[in-house]
Amino acid sequence: MNLPWLTILILVPLFGGIIVAGVGAEQRRLARGLTLAFSLVGLTGALCLWQHFNAASGELQFVERHDWVPSLGIQYFLGVDGLGLLMVMLTAIVVPLSILASWRIDDRAHIYDALVLWLQAGLFGTFTALNFFHWFLFWELVLIPAFFLIKLWGGPKRGPAATQFFIYTMVGSVTLLLSFLAIRLATGSFDFIELANMAKRGEITAKLGDAIGWQSHIGLLVFFGAFLGFAVKVPVVPFHTWLPGAYTEAPSPVTMLLTGVMSKMGVYGFLRILLPIFPEQMRLVLTPLMWLAVLTIVLSACTAFAQRDLKRILAYSSINHLGYCLLALFAVTGAAAGVNQPELQKAAALDGVLLQMFNHGLTASSLFLFVWLIEKRSGGLRGLEDFGGIRKIVPVFTGLMGIALFSSLGLPGLNGFVGEFLIFKGVFPLAPWAAALSTIGLLVTAVFLLTLIQRVFCGPLNGRWAQMPDLTRRERLLVAVPIVLMFVLGIWPQLVLGTVDATVVKMVQQLNF
Amino acid sequence: MLAWTIYISFIGVLVLMLLPREAARAARIIALLTAIAGCAVAFVGAMQQANPGEVITIVKVPWIPSLGANYFLAADGISLVLVVLTGLAAIAGILFSWNIEKRTKEFFAYYLALIGGVYGVFLSFDVLLLFVFYELTIIPKYFLIARWGSTRKEYGAMKLALYSFVGSHLVLIGLIAAWVVARAQTGHATLDLMELSKVSFPLGFQHWVFPLVFVGFGILAGLWPFHTWAPTGHVAAPTAGSMLLAGVVMKLGAYGCLRVAMVLFPDGARMWQGEIAALAVIGIIYGAGVALVQKDFKFVIGYSSVSHMGFVLLGLATLNTIGLSGAVLQMFSHGIIAGLLFAVVGRMVYDRTHTRDFNDLQTMQLGKLLPFAGVTFVLAGVASMGLPGFSGFVAELQVLMGAWKVFPKTTMLAGVGIVAGVAYTLRAVQKAFYSDAVVPEKSGHDHPLEPISMPERIGAVMLITASLVIGLFPGLLLNWIQPCLNSPLFERLLKGGLL
Repeated sequence: MNLPWLTILILVPLFGGIIVAGVGAEQRRLARGLTLAFSLVGLTGALCLWQHFNAASGELQFVERHDWVPSLGIQYFLGVDGLGLLMVMLTAIVVPLSILASWRIDDRAHIYDALVLWLQAGLFGTFTALNFFHWFLFWELVLIPAFFLIKLWGGPKRGPAATQFFIYTMVGSVTLLLSFLAIRLATGSFDFIELANMAKRGEITAKLGDAIGWQSHIGLLVFFGAFLGFAVKVPVVPFHTWLPGAYTEAPSPVTMLLTGVMSKMGVYGFLRILLPIFPEQMRLVLTPLMWLAVLTIVLSACTAFAQRDLKRILAYSSINHLGYCLLALFAVTGAAAGVNQPELQKAAALDGVLLQMFNHGLTASSLFLFVWLIEKRSGGLRGLEDFGGIRKIVPVFTGLMGIALFSSLGLPGLNGFVGEFLIFKGVFPLAPWAAALSTIGLLVTAVFLLTLIQRVFCGPLNGRWAQMPDLTRRERLLVAVPIVLMFVLGIWPQLVLGTVDATVVKMVQQLNF
Repeated sequence: MLAWTIYISFIGVLVLMLLPREAARAARIIALLTAIAGCAVAFVGAMQQANPGEVITIVKVPWIPSLGANYFLAADGISLVLVVLTGLAAIAGILFSWNIEKRTKEFFAYYLALIGGVYGVFLSFDVLLLFVFYELTIIPKYFLIARWGSTRKEYGAMKLALYSFVGSHLVLIGLIAAWVVARAQTGHATLDLMELSKVSFPLGFQHWVFPLVFVGFGILAGLWPFHTWAPTGHVAAPTAGSMLLAGVVMKLGAYGCLRVAMVLFPDGARMWQGEIAALAVIGIIYGAGVALVQKDFKFVIGYSSVSHMGFVLLGLATLNTIGLSGAVLQMFSHGIIAGLLFAVVGRMVYDRTHTRDFNDLQTMQLGKLLPFAGVTFVLAGVASMGLPGFSGFVAELQVLMGAWKVFPKTTMLAGVGIVAGVAYTLRAVQKAFYSDAVVPEKSGHDHPLEPISMPERIGAVMLITASLVIGLFPGLLLNWIQPCLNSPLFERLLKGGLL
């Protein structure tokens, strides 16, 4: 059974996309069916991986490694640990949901579907490739379908939104690329694992200084280049301004993908690349980084409170939720002097980060799914003030979306709670001031989500919606999947934590020196 | 064997001249067959070269013994890369000029003469012979633009010819000086590149003669501020002309810079390294910046060529193996991608819509009317932005890596150029194909656009495939380029000569 499973997993949607694009516009149903089939094959593959994954080991598994361009140090290098596997699972779950949600998008459906499948291939690749060249290929591959999905199927201001999204991300990618070229020049390696080991021995900064000059400054410069690449993607305030536009203008099924999985690419980059390769530099600028994380959390929550468009509210809330991941990420790089059992706290915080990534992917994408369902009923209206009192008309919808909103708010018993709890449990002893300030974010989030519930579902009924149909059976089935998962993970987070535990322990060890 | 690339092209010219004037179809087919034969010879010859690091002599017979000139054709890995590029570009160019109806046979005769001259330059290892082939290319390119071009074609053609002549005269002065000094030093006259490269020219001499020869060749490579022929020339030229200008003629300049200027005067190259890098990076940013504000679709691509050739020059300026290897790869990559971009703009769009103005194109919804052209342009644009998976990425990656080593600040500026490159490509994609502009009532579909023809499809697929294959398996070409750079010919350049 030594088949190259990860390669197959990536190739299925890649070739699936080509096949679907070739089906042509006339046979829309066939294209749709094939797309769903390919994405379900992806899901099955991911489940098989999960089944065969040895959770007791934090090492890379399903490794494939071949020489590619030896003279440039490029290898074909795939593998997953708990982190990679979790992200592959998330992708495999969110993509079919998004495809089902977009079932009624009829304009050039075959192209739309092909783009979604290519996006999935890019995501699978990003989360499994471990050589910079190989990884960057997929990192950028994701961008093109995302751009066109926004540009061609988006809302009224899709053009500027897509361009802004693309340019921002590309600026980040270019600085990231330049940084890695400097690293390759200095160390002779593109291999993330090898680079992490070098960083652990403290060699990278010295080598950069030798190869390029400017002694310690070059290390910081290279770090900032790489940082920018991921910071734009997550996004970190103040590099977030592309996000509200892109999330709002994209059709909601695409927003599901953007927020559900693509935003995780940034956090994944922090965990896989920045943290292991630049621990020295991160420590040097730790305080400003912590401030950035706090700022991200608080500002985005406050901005969300001021929004009047459901999608914009959720977009800012998405920045807010990933802010907690960043907070924990930065906190664990600190030296943690004088902290009782720092390894335990760091492990808790990192466990929280991984859990939060998965949970946010699930919750945020299902929230956008709900917005999509309500948009379809209201003819595109989605202002906070456009509705009112519809809980009597659409009780099932109200109940289910309420569950998702409470999950996002972090209600105990639902999935959102566990991740945020672990993050705060870990961060409080490591950086008390930052954790304390960040709780403002929690508070404001509660306020704006409750406001949302109040304005949309409660109060006097807006007469326009007296005839609004409730969820159909198919729609109920569709939303049931994420809702059930929310409960399952809320009650039994061990399902995820068990998979990532060994990986987290290894990450913490990697950071201790 | 490789010499037949040159001969076949010129035989093609002769056959075309013998055809009757009306036989347009026959002319096309003969031209295509000639190009395919040339390309096949290039491929087979390249495959047969067992050791690409070595300069393999193809033919060497005395030509003007009193000057020490030989008819000396040879090839090493760098020549192979460019010969193969020429073969591919030649076929593609013919496929995209299938619709030329005006004096077809003459068009293709000039076209093949240009190709033959280009093959000649890439295979010459005698500087006089190289110079003769180099000059030979000026005539057909003048006539191609002046007769079959558009938009101020006489102006564009004349400007290109004059720039080329000025450049080649600078080169000529430098070569004569080198010949004189070499004869004084070694006691016998020689124009053999291999022998000249072993001569140690005095530092003071190299200091003034290197910039002369480098700039002379650099003019054709779009070296800022001598690039101004490029946008006007590219825009004025017929589609196949712009494809060849950007695809191979600009490479002639860059090839001359590397093969003649830098190999003969390595210390001169080292003395002027910083200045070249500065000009290169100005070219990268300036070209991209100007492309960003053009109203004419073709000018965008014209200026983008200046920007991309800046990477070639930057790679040359690094004077290290990785940078030079990137520069040669970028020559190949830009040749393929720029050719494709010009094909989309000139053939697929302009020949159908008769406009290249973004304001008009915006209202046409070309992305829906010509989906194949839209997709091709997106892929070519993505390749041109330097996204991984396409050849441009591997090339830029090496150039920038090499540049980090020598000019860290310049490297960061080049990053700005890349971002600007993304921006203008995106702008062109949006304006030309996927614009949201409201369609005015009257510009209906009263003249449906002619669908994309089979030759166009084949040409586009061929070029995209070439870029993808090299992007994913750069080893195919790097195995030719890198051994060359480690050969004795480049030793003084890379390891430092007298300096």
